[in-house]
Amino acid sequence: MSIDTLFVDPSRCIGCRACEAACRECDSHKGESMIMVDFIDREFSMATQPTVCMHCESPLAPCAQVCPVMAISITPEGVVQQADASRCIACSNCVYACPFGVPKMDLTARLMKKCNLCYDRTSQDLQPWCAQACPTDALWYGTYEQFANERQGKPVRQTQFGTQEVRTRVYHVLPEEDSKLRVYIDADGVMRSGEGAQGEEPWVL
Amino acid sequence: MFRIATPTTTSSRRESQSGWTKSDELPDTLVPTHCSFCGVQCGMYLRVSDGQVTGVEPRDYPHNRGALCPKGVVAYQQVNHPDRLRYPMIRRGGKGSNLERATWDEALDYVVQRWQALQQQYGKDSIAVYSGSSMTNEKCYLMGKFARVGLGTRHVDYNGRLCMSSAGVAYAKAFGMDRAPFPMTDIPETNCILVAGSNVAECFPVMMQWLWRARDNGAKLIVMDPRETPTARTADVWLPLRPGTDVAILNAMLRYVINEGLTDEEYIAARTRDWDKVKDIVAPYTPEVAERIAGVPAKRIVRAAELYGHSPRSIIMHARGIEHSTHGVDNCLACINLALARGQVGKVGGGAMMITGQGNGQGGREVGQKANQLPGYRHIDVLEERQEIAEVWGIPESEIPGEGAAATEMVKLMASGEIKSCLVICSNLMVSLPDNAVVARALDNLDPLVVIDFFLSETAERADVVFPGSVWCEDEGTTTNLEGRVIKINRAVDPPGEARRDWQIVCELARRLGRGKYFEFQSSRDIFDELRRASKGGVADYSGISWEKIDRQSGVFWPCRSEEDTGEPRLFLERFAHKDGRARFHPIAYTPPAEEPSEAFPLRLTTGRVVYHYLSGNQTRRLGFLNSQAPEPWVEIHPNTARQFGVAHDERVRVRTPRGSMELKAVVAPTIRPDTIFIPFHYGHEGAANQLTNPAVDPTVKIPEYKVCAATLERVSSSMSPLPQQATENFTAANAPRMFPYTVGETKSPPQR
Repeated sequence: MSIDTLFVDPSRCIGCRACEAACRECDSHKGESMIMVDFIDREFSMATQPTVCMHCESPLAPCAQVCPVMAISITPEGVVQQADASRCIACSNCVYACPFGVPKMDLTARLMKKCNLCYDRTSQDLQPWCAQACPTDALWYGTYEQFANERQGKPVRQTQFGTQEVRTRVYHVLPEEDSKLRVYIDADGVMRSGEGAQGEEPWVL
Repeated sequence: MFRIATPTTTSSRRESQSGWTKSDELPDTLVPTHCSFCGVQCGMYLRVSDGQVTGVEPRDYPHNRGALCPKGVVAYQQVNHPDRLRYPMIRRGGKGSNLERATWDEALDYVVQRWQALQQQYGKDSIAVYSGSSMTNEKCYLMGKFARVGLGTRHVDYNGRLCMSSAGVAYAKAFGMDRAPFPMTDIPETNCILVAGSNVAECFPVMMQWLWRARDNGAKLIVMDPRETPTARTADVWLPLRPGTDVAILNAMLRYVINEGLTDEEYIAARTRDWDKVKDIVAPYTPEVAERIAGVPAKRIVRAAELYGHSPRSIIMHARGIEHSTHGVDNCLACINLALARGQVGKVGGGAMMITGQGNGQGGREVGQKANQLPGYRHIDVLEERQEIAEVWGIPESEIPGEGAAATEMVKLMASGEIKSCLVICSNLMVSLPDNAVVARALDNLDPLVVIDFFLSETAERADVVFPGSVWCEDEGTTTNLEGRVIKINRAVDPPGEARRDWQIVCELARRLGRGKYFEFQSSRDIFDELRRASKGGVADYSGISWEKIDRQSGVFWPCRSEEDTGEPRLFLERFAHKDGRARFHPIAYTPPAEEPSEAFPLRLTTGRVVYHYLSGNQTRRLGFLNSQAPEPWVEIHPNTARQFGVAHDERVRVRTPRGSMELKAVVAPTIRPDTIFIPFHYGHEGAANQLTNPAVDPTVKIPEYKVCAATLERVSSSMSPLPQQATENFTAANAPRMFPYTVGETKSPPQR
């Protein structure tokens, strides 16, 4: 069964932050963006990259699993929600657990905040604001089949951090065919992508 | 979720609610309209609650398909902005005194009485009108008519002069019509896109989706730009040329196309003229010659020519990068030569496309606010065309003044005292004109300088009288986007405080000047109806366009000559607009820019845009989200150059040109040519890049050369800032860094009843 989901294609990202501006428009968190756009290394390149919640499927939502008060719920469709304000104790476990660095702790509100795939819109068959606004389709919303039919990038939803693999609901788009996105930290402590990860066996869950 | 308002609503009364409503629930109405910013004019809905604009919702319009750039998303925050001008202001104590609150009567009467006195003493032409193109066709038309009928002055021009006037003239020369020949939705049909001097990604972000659709279909992308912009970053071939040397590369590509036998001889013979002249003139431009002039490896130029020349369908897109030049017209014609030689213009998925920058940059230049034009692209010096307009306006032909000064020339007349007073609308001269020290002197020479604006721009700060106007969604009317698509802007709310709609201010001025009978407009629709009549029979014929037709068809492409006519999205399919139906080649040789590097100024300075700001930044620098991303200008420097000048990333540096100098932050990155530096121009006062730029202009269209001048760099010796008297306490409630800050114009909750 194919589901509607987000596809993130950094090669198309122009760093305009329309997604951030649009995310701030949401009634549920007006003025706050749950998506982040970063220059990867401005002193070297103009390249930019948006970061959204990837909505991990396997292991299922590490952020929710480490939450001591079960504040982070997962919808039947597999969308991982922001922490429930009445439960969150601002312990930041989720912040440390997330492999993608997505949840942010709002210290003033004492509440974890993150992207919930615009659940109010997507559950009504509308697009999430970020993909709706994105002028270059670097963020794109639809099914895998539609994407494969219309576009040239190679979407993957398997990310390997060192030796730990994570399967997510949201896809990353790679320029070339590969089964997964691989990142690891080499012996010199430099983050690299591609083959070559060494080290201990996966330990998460 | 929402109620969508009927598109052409003019009622300002909120509909009464029937039945029970929860007291904490505000009904949202979605008003369909378009963005206030660039020439793409993306469709959007404005959310309106209780007479206030509260947000934005996506609108699936044919050319933006629901997408918006960050400027579009936050455009609505201009409406309730705390900086809005809410009442007229006047400098009662003369120059040097403060702007003080005035009543409309006082301000209007003062202006009218000054104007009448000046005109009596110095003649009609002592008053000028300096207009703009980021407003509706109705207002642009009205400004032209106000100058010529209301004031009777020949000096009326607009800021499109600084924008794409060179492209407009090039298209009129080559094709007989100044309009992009096809809609954006045709871009995916092409096999190759050559972008000459346009950072499409940052200046027209929403257009990128069409480029990417073409690339998904296998199209190749070639980009000519001295910087590795987000557009150039992923291009198949990037030609990082020296600013101002575009013709060398374009001619070398044309020479390759000729030598490889890739020209479309049949097309050239059947549909064009003057091909022989071009053939000869490009002969000397070998790739090596082009390499020497433009500083791009010959191999790369050949690769670009191969890709372009072998593509069955190819598009050339160009914008300010080649147009802001002392030979801007030539640059555009060189692009057109290449497209014509390949037989592309008039094919679906092929041709040349100028990307007009301002919101209504296309419409603004055809409805008669240009120094040498009357509505409908009519010429001011052709008797029959003058007569046609005189009839619409109800005045004798002899009363229409002749051609006036171009915007860039007007400044000189203000400085010399020939122009005594100027009405400025929709323009911010202090940021937008080159060499702004001269502009400041010229403006201070005016008495009175009258400005209509909705924010106090750098120009309005110098004004003697300021009239508070309206933002785009407080009025209705049409704009014509960069494709030539006429679209409808709808009213969402009314102007705040005492502010008035711009057209009402201008009509009131006309009335008090005793010319009221020519300006008896009750609504902007009245103005549009007169514009339709005035443009009838002209090149840009709007006579068949009605507001209803725009709604029905999702925009109407001009020319549209009758009720039945649905408009022409694609031009030149069978014939060009010249009388003989043929396009013209123009022989173009490389001419260097007006100012080239010297020993004292060894670098080339080029200016341009960032995605967060629009034009002079008067609007976008006030919107918190946008301004926080790019609050001040910077200078982009290649690491090699930075090393040579002893400058490090993030350091303060001084950039100096023969006209002036400014201090800014250095961004050291290999995303620019080593012999070139770049500064974005959206900022005012000490942040204005136009303190540095060269005021030299193209001889025919008077467009300034913003894109290249000679410059040098120096480090600013940073002395340690003195320590404050008391220790500063960090992380207090007041100064703790907030992770999710609100910005100006944003509110957390919807308006309370």
